[in-house]
Amino acid sequence: MENVKRTPLYELHEELGGKIVDFAGWALPIQYTGISQEHHAVRKQAGLFDVSHMGEVLVTGKEALAFAQYLVTNDVSTLSDTQILYGMMCNESGGVVDDLLVYRLAQERVLLVINASNVDKDFAWISEKAKAFDIEVENQSDQTAQLAIQGPLGEEILQTLTEVDLKKIAFFHCQEGVTIKGRECLVSRTGYTGEDGFEIYCKPEEATDLARLILEAGKEKGLIPCGLGCRDTLRFEACLPLYGNEFDDSITPLEAGFSFFVKLDTEDDFIGKAALNKQKEEGLTRRLVGFEMAKGISRHGYPVMDGDREIGFVTTGYKSPTLGKSIGFAIVEMAYTEMGSEFEIKVRKKQLPARVVSKRFYRKNYKK
Amino acid sequence: MKVAKGLLYTKDHEWVRVEGNKAYIGISDFAQEAMGDIVYVELPEIDEEFEQEDTLCAIESVKAANDIFLPLTGKVVEVNEALEEEPEAVNEDPYKNWIACVEMADESQLKDLMNAVAYEEFLAEAEEE
Repeated sequence: MENVKRTPLYELHEELGGKIVDFAGWALPIQYTGISQEHHAVRKQAGLFDVSHMGEVLVTGKEALAFAQYLVTNDVSTLSDTQILYGMMCNESGGVVDDLLVYRLAQERVLLVINASNVDKDFAWISEKAKAFDIEVENQSDQTAQLAIQGPLGEEILQTLTEVDLKKIAFFHCQEGVTIKGRECLVSRTGYTGEDGFEIYCKPEEATDLARLILEAGKEKGLIPCGLGCRDTLRFEACLPLYGNEFDDSITPLEAGFSFFVKLDTEDDFIGKAALNKQKEEGLTRRLVGFEMAKGISRHGYPVMDGDREIGFVTTGYKSPTLGKSIGFAIVEMAYTEMGSEFEIKVRKKQLPARVVSKRFYRKNYKK
Repeated sequence: MKVAKGLLYTKDHEWVRVEGNKAYIGISDFAQEAMGDIVYVELPEIDEEFEQEDTLCAIESVKAANDIFLPLTGKVVEVNEALEEEPEAVNEDPYKNWIACVEMADESQLKDLMNAVAYEEFLAEAEEE
């Protein structure tokens, strides 16, 4: 793998037997022992992920919050200090530039956490839009490593390594200056698995030691290192979208079914708001649904058919490790979005029947 | 990586066990390892006919669907139905758990395959790249 970036944990991944793949230009483990085992560990105990490939952009200055409000679809004005919000950055036509987390660290300091595959595109976009505001934007991605400890025992395990009372970090809140065995980190109660858990932002040179400490502290509780494979199955079951699958530059958040994160009724403007308002008024022509199949497994990109007619495409498909069922998300024409609607998925040469079910395949298990 | 003796191999990591004019097809240890947890084996149908290099069937791992190519022209005469219930058996013992058996139409095609020694060398070269 040439021209592939390595996270600070690369040597540790190799040492732990990680199966390394090229993921969005980063050499990262797809799995260690197996996707299913790692998936179940996160649902039942805990798992540790290296998410250092994620991008971080720090926005500082008087208009940091006003800028964030203009940049993302969700209502940043509702945030208090240390609170976090999920939303999308849209382009003028309502397509999604990226989905991201907005951390209000302070009145004039906002951290944007963006997808690895989009860091360059996003930073260019953010920098361009920032010109109209009295702010500084800094791409801190290379100076930031990130670990994610996810699972019902995550808090208990991490608590053994810090004096800070983790119970005081509420869901979708963060705390700066959390000392984990002498290493200062930004810790947030967030995640991408549908379980309770924490994201830990640290200095790259301290990441490996931190990972070792967490692995050691969680060993007896069943925590194992986890790769990107189960990260995808976990987020999918919990109905958390993935950029490039459920939405992209050509799929709007309304079509992807994530209108909850698009606040069209606020007074403030955001990029893409006019286009999304228009789309809402005119009515959607297609929307994301969840589906279930009795036979076969669907994959990203498979065509959705009604007889000979293509009516949509699969955005994500798996055999769910938790449910043991073949499930998926697809963007289909509106006529097929009702619960119980039937269509077919083209799996290689065959068209296999599928039925629309709730997208909430797995009930999220957050501590709120 | 285990390479079983007495079998023939393809560059796509299928193996072939010849019994008379029949060929049993499976995937190598390298292939099952690369695929990860296998959750579904889509078997071909009995009497289905294939040309050399056709997609015989597919194996689904958690992550992705993987095509299995048939290295020999022929007609399917047996399928390993046990894999429908227990696809993970391919992970556990890829050489014992064959996928399908074809009646060969042209046995001279066997010369296109590698023996165990050649396959081991092929894997070693792939590893170096």
